[in-house]
Amino acid sequence: MTSSRGSDAYRTQYLTPFIWRKLICFYRVKMASSFARILSSKRKVGILSLVGAGSLTVGFFLNREQHVNAGAQVRRIYPPSAEYPDLRKHNNCMASHLTPAVYGKLCNKTTPNGYTLDEAIQTGVDNPGHPFIKTVGMVAGDEESYEVFADLFNPVIKERHNGYDPCNMKHPTDLDSSKIRGGQFDDKYVLSSRVRTGRSIRGLSLPPACTRAERREVEKVVVDALAGLKGDLAGKYYSLTQMTEQEQQQLIDDHFLFDKPVSPLLTCAGMARDWPDARGIWHNNEKTFLVWINEEDHTRVISMEKGGNMRRVFERFCKGLQEVERLIQEKGWEFMWNEHLGYILTCPSNLGTGLRAGVHVTLPRLGKDPRFPKILDNLRLQKRGTGGVDTAAVGNTFDISNLDRLGQSEVQLVQTVIDGVNYLIECEKKLERGQDIKIPAPISQFK
Amino acid sequence: MALSSQHGCLSMNPRLLENQCKVDAIMPFGNTHNQLKMNYTAEQEYPDLSKHNNHMAKVLTPEMYANLRDKQTPSGFTLDDVIQTGVDNPGHPFIMTVGCVAGDEETYEVFKDLLDPVIEDRHGGYKPTDKHKTDLNPDNLQGGDDLDPNYVLSSRVRTGRSIRGFCLPPHCSRGERRGIEGLSVEALGALDGDLKGKYYALKDMTEEEQQQLIDDHFLFDKPVSPLLLASGMARDWPDARGIWHNDNKTFLVWVNEEDHLRVISMQKGGNMKEVFNRFCTGLTKIEELFKEKGHEFMWNEHLGYVLTCPSNLGTGLRGGVHVKLPNVSKHEKFGEILKRLRLQKRGTGGVDTAAVGGVFDISNADRLGFSEVELVQMVVDGVKLLVDMEKCLEAGQSIDDLMPEQK
Repeated sequence: MTSSRGSDAYRTQYLTPFIWRKLICFYRVKMASSFARILSSKRKVGILSLVGAGSLTVGFFLNREQHVNAGAQVRRIYPPSAEYPDLRKHNNCMASHLTPAVYGKLCNKTTPNGYTLDEAIQTGVDNPGHPFIKTVGMVAGDEESYEVFADLFNPVIKERHNGYDPCNMKHPTDLDSSKIRGGQFDDKYVLSSRVRTGRSIRGLSLPPACTRAERREVEKVVVDALAGLKGDLAGKYYSLTQMTEQEQQQLIDDHFLFDKPVSPLLTCAGMARDWPDARGIWHNNEKTFLVWINEEDHTRVISMEKGGNMRRVFERFCKGLQEVERLIQEKGWEFMWNEHLGYILTCPSNLGTGLRAGVHVTLPRLGKDPRFPKILDNLRLQKRGTGGVDTAAVGNTFDISNLDRLGQSEVQLVQTVIDGVNYLIECEKKLERGQDIKIPAPISQFK
Repeated sequence: MALSSQHGCLSMNPRLLENQCKVDAIMPFGNTHNQLKMNYTAEQEYPDLSKHNNHMAKVLTPEMYANLRDKQTPSGFTLDDVIQTGVDNPGHPFIMTVGCVAGDEETYEVFKDLLDPVIEDRHGGYKPTDKHKTDLNPDNLQGGDDLDPNYVLSSRVRTGRSIRGFCLPPHCSRGERRGIEGLSVEALGALDGDLKGKYYALKDMTEEEQQQLIDDHFLFDKPVSPLLLASGMARDWPDARGIWHNDNKTFLVWVNEEDHLRVISMQKGGNMKEVFNRFCTGLTKIEELFKEKGHEFMWNEHLGYVLTCPSNLGTGLRGGVHVKLPNVSKHEKFGEILKRLRLQKRGTGGVDTAAVGGVFDISNADRLGFSEVELVQMVVDGVKLLVDMEKCLEAGQSIDDLMPEQK
């Protein structure tokens, strides 16, 4: 109400023409014509709030007065120090960076949609973490969260993404799969190949904060776009609320079906509200391209197939993503993206590319070699069990994927996986022949 | 440019310009995002309740939703907050859950169009104009000191209390919850005589204390029931939660679990009168101590004591026994007998368990519209009759002429 309003006014009058110019510049050329369409179509929500800021606030207070009962005590107002969470037993990125000073600075702020700091950090407060795994501990409720709560998000992003500084670094986006070299692995070792990412629809709140209507709008926008896919991408949508028993069983057998989240990391962030309303699964007829709608993100996009043809998997991935983007733009929508954070997703760990490219690979000898973890480390790869992020490896088959998400492009990360997996297979072959292997030099993180 | 260093990164989003500090300090966790929903029609926001079977789903209509959705209590609790647990938990075909919660005392007023019919449905036809009688005078209880301990293994009375002026567990901030804990610990610390006891904060207790509380069956853990989790009651666990009990281990208070306070009086055997005595004395004393500090419990003459779940309004009282009824429980009229006595059965593990070894938890079915004395009287009289029936059946006699009238 005081000095912050003053600086708001300053920013408003000074930055507006600057911002509009910047906006036009950062849009890629082919999108320039849709910019005008965006303004005129579905952006009513944003524009309204721009115009009505003052009246919105007044309206809120008026509404409040009306419902105070005679005799009810006035609500207490606690200072930030009384509201500051107890993080002494916590080990997550949020807890590492949320000092009382940062909390005090941000606790009264809201995004234009009304998302607050307490909501963003709730999952990290409720889930102290594990002594060996460091979780992120906070989520975004909308695109603006990353801006309004930058004082907390930026150090968290920097820690999680190994030093990437959103303030002065730019994230490259590159979905030109023709740049990939190699990428066809020996099927004797690589059982399956998969690339996944997420995309958010600009103008609609993210899963922790979205209203039912917003979530349904996400579903509608995405399903409409997917219905426009053709050829080897043509497919069908299965809404979680309406699928038949047979459809459900088929999706389970195909390992496509996702269920209501049980992980407290997700449920404490509010992502499972109103389940299964507006959630669903789309996949192409060939079952190699799959989209999850309104699970942890607006969309999760997965390209996969059995065997070692990572090249083809990535080609389909890029083609599918670009097609979907084109189709939503035709209707005046776009993905959340900016040049510092890349593609905006719910969890800060998925910013940038949001990309995890990986293989299920059998490495019976290398998997037992004590140098294996270091080799992976230097190749900037990580291993998981074949059941996903929280599982251990069974037998000799590992899920090997890229470690990084932000600061390198999609092409760069997939190339890293391809080169790395090739190296791992070489090591395995050497060990088969009784030869010794070498730990490779660490590859640089930011190219 | 200078602004970059001040604000981190340069903003790209014009929408950001208007509103970085919209709500300034009055309601730090106020529900500003309710305004976002108003950009959509009521129809677009209306929840899909087609597979739902709870009290909220039975009562809520699109018209009611449209009328109530722009309202909020002074602390910012909205209709969607009230119903979220009912939307997320469609219910069970055989058990009718409530499906809504209150975030503060005013919820019951602001959203009365929804909550009055829910209350009426849940509490046997209790009307919006009805008055609830509170009676915590243990002398008004007849008998109750002679339930046969060969059958009645233990006796227990519990209720809840909310501190006026604070938000309830689904909505309270960390500061408020800590305030509630502080006030409660202070009040409980002033209890003396056979009520003198000690507080164990969940986040500070030692391993030994924790084990002892588990052995005494006193320790409550973070809720796992999705009914509770979906309403937001488990936020910030275990901050400001704790257990207080007297040295004799017969009077127990839970702080900031499902309600501000849950108060429990209990002991082995069948002397329900003594249990109720201690219950009333303890509650009255605690209320006095709060008043001395300028606080009172949430109460009004229509709803009685106000608690988080509408099912606990009125007395919030569940008085019951663990009783051996292996023969009566197998009788074909067992359900009918309980219904007429206005009692309900549960397993000895609590509300969601089944009975083991013929031992049942028998307690009052009602909460609102009857006083505390009346409800405990029903339990005392009803259990006495059930034990008599059990003895009859043991002796091979019929219980037909013992069948009670509908209370």
